[in-house]
Amino acid sequence: MTHPIRSRPRSRAVRRRAGRAGQYLALLGYLVFLAFPLLWLVSTAFKPPRELASSHPQWIPDQPTWDNFRQALDEQPLLRAAGNSLLAAGSAALIAVLLAVPMAYALARRRSWLSRAATGWVVVSQAFPLVLLIIPLFLLLKHLRLIDAMPGLVMVYVVWSLPFALWLLTGYVRALPPELEEAAAVDGAGRLRTLVSVTVPLLAPGIAATALFAFITAWNEFFFALVLLKSPEKQTMPVVLTHFLGAEGVADLGPLAAASLLATLPSLLLFALLQRRISGGMLAGAVKH
Amino acid sequence: MLRPAGGSPPYSEKRPGHQTRHPAPDGPRPPRPAVERRAAGGKGGGRRWDPGAWFLVLPALLPILVLSVGPLLYGIALAFTDAQSGRTDPTEWIGLLNFRDLRQDTLFWESFRIGLVWAAGVTVPQFLLSLGLALLLNQNLRFRWLARTLAIVPWAMPEVVVGIMWRLVYHPDAGILNETLGTHRDWLGSLGSALPAVIVVGVWAGMPQTTVALLAGLQNVPRELHEAAAMDGAGAWRRFRTVTWPALRPVAVAMGALAFIWNLNSFALVYVLTNGGPGGRTRLPMLFAYEEAFRYGQFGYAAAMGCVLVAVVSVLLAVFLVGRLKGDRT
Repeated sequence: MTHPIRSRPRSRAVRRRAGRAGQYLALLGYLVFLAFPLLWLVSTAFKPPRELASSHPQWIPDQPTWDNFRQALDEQPLLRAAGNSLLAAGSAALIAVLLAVPMAYALARRRSWLSRAATGWVVVSQAFPLVLLIIPLFLLLKHLRLIDAMPGLVMVYVVWSLPFALWLLTGYVRALPPELEEAAAVDGAGRLRTLVSVTVPLLAPGIAATALFAFITAWNEFFFALVLLKSPEKQTMPVVLTHFLGAEGVADLGPLAAASLLATLPSLLLFALLQRRISGGMLAGAVKH
Repeated sequence: MLRPAGGSPPYSEKRPGHQTRHPAPDGPRPPRPAVERRAAGGKGGGRRWDPGAWFLVLPALLPILVLSVGPLLYGIALAFTDAQSGRTDPTEWIGLLNFRDLRQDTLFWESFRIGLVWAAGVTVPQFLLSLGLALLLNQNLRFRWLARTLAIVPWAMPEVVVGIMWRLVYHPDAGILNETLGTHRDWLGSLGSALPAVIVVGVWAGMPQTTVALLAGLQNVPRELHEAAAMDGAGAWRRFRTVTWPALRPVAVAMGALAFIWNLNSFALVYVLTNGGPGGRTRLPMLFAYEEAFRYGQFGYAAAMGCVLVAVVSVLLAVFLVGRLKGDRT
């Protein structure tokens, strides 16, 4: 290969091809690392008890079965928990977006001590050790008789997702060209009208992403639900799932895996539905013109 | 979710031509000059903070103040009291007693040390792996969609499920890891391997956030510059260092700092994986404080632990905020 006189473009082409191969190898490594626990979860969920007890577990079950799912739904009040989670996450996402859009707009378009303070707070709030937040919230909600009650949990979720929602949305607003709003203002539209009819439609992907974020955060949230909800019939999905673990370790692997899969499905589906819109080129199009 | 275009504009009549507004009579803000990034923005009062803006801000600001700023301050105050759960005597100020006790609490400091090892052990590999993945995903590779989808999946999963899933992977008998490696190890149950095993899970679980943020940051990298550098014969590493990294750095620094803080405060993953065991080897500070507060009811003492965490995190934040504000100005 190494001729004393080699044509430069050729060697570059070779190098580039080697680079490509390396890239695919790296990609394969990532795929394996990312996928194998997921595949194992799926595999376990479909295994009959006999195969689960085998000392040489296999990737593909010999006799796949739905029994684990049936058992999971029987054993624990999984559906009720799913309903609770849906209620908590749905209301939290809706309220958080409604509150966050106007503020994000104001923060992005106007600069004052408040926007600087808000930026600081967004960051600081991400840094809370939750213990420091949960103890006072626990006392406060107890005072309001909202311990072990859904509204209390929703309140906490809203406030908890607001900082990140604001951060996201502020970024999205900044990415919008102010010229459009200025044009609307020149045409005599007021601020709220500009916000509602110019900014919000352009912001739709950002709003969708933010709502999605808030929903999934709340759907997946464990710590607050663990502390704030006591009675079993009010508990959310993640808390109910930990009951499968039992006191001394994993008792029933099959139903555990099945229930975990069921708990993941809703947020996965939402992600899949909205993924294209998040990365969509709508923003780019609006900015360029 | 989107309101129709004709939505009510309550004060659009009030401000027919706001370009003519001038800063001086414009509401209660002290006349701090609005720092404007865009040089061309001197067109009028459109960017000034005025009373109308409060209507936009208050709906979100009030809950934040009541349920987030307030409780945080209250929480810090609790650290100086002997607050306990279910106690009938009134809570009393006890000054620094909690902190004095905490200083001699070797269990807590061990837990704190584990927390730092965990946070660094997760954040650094996670960042490097995510950076690599983001760079790959930014290329025009086949199967990119698959990697892109898979890279986001952990984000959509409840932490509890991630924990359960990895318990199945690490399971001494039925787990795939022992089967693949031909070992018979109790990964999560033995003193030596528990923390590394948990850290691997932390890396896996946190990759999406970092990858997505970095991938978004890569969109800021000027493509023309990249191409020009390639024309000039700059190698991949050189192009990364001189073109990609400078454009990516703000996102990278922000994401790294946030990831570290998130990891330091993480709870659910390890609660499910090991519940702090074996022998406290994975007892992160959050697990420690949770038990102190809600198993033993020592609210004041647990709050003091939270304060120590805050102190550590604030140092990090100071660094991060300074960087960010600087970035905002220029």
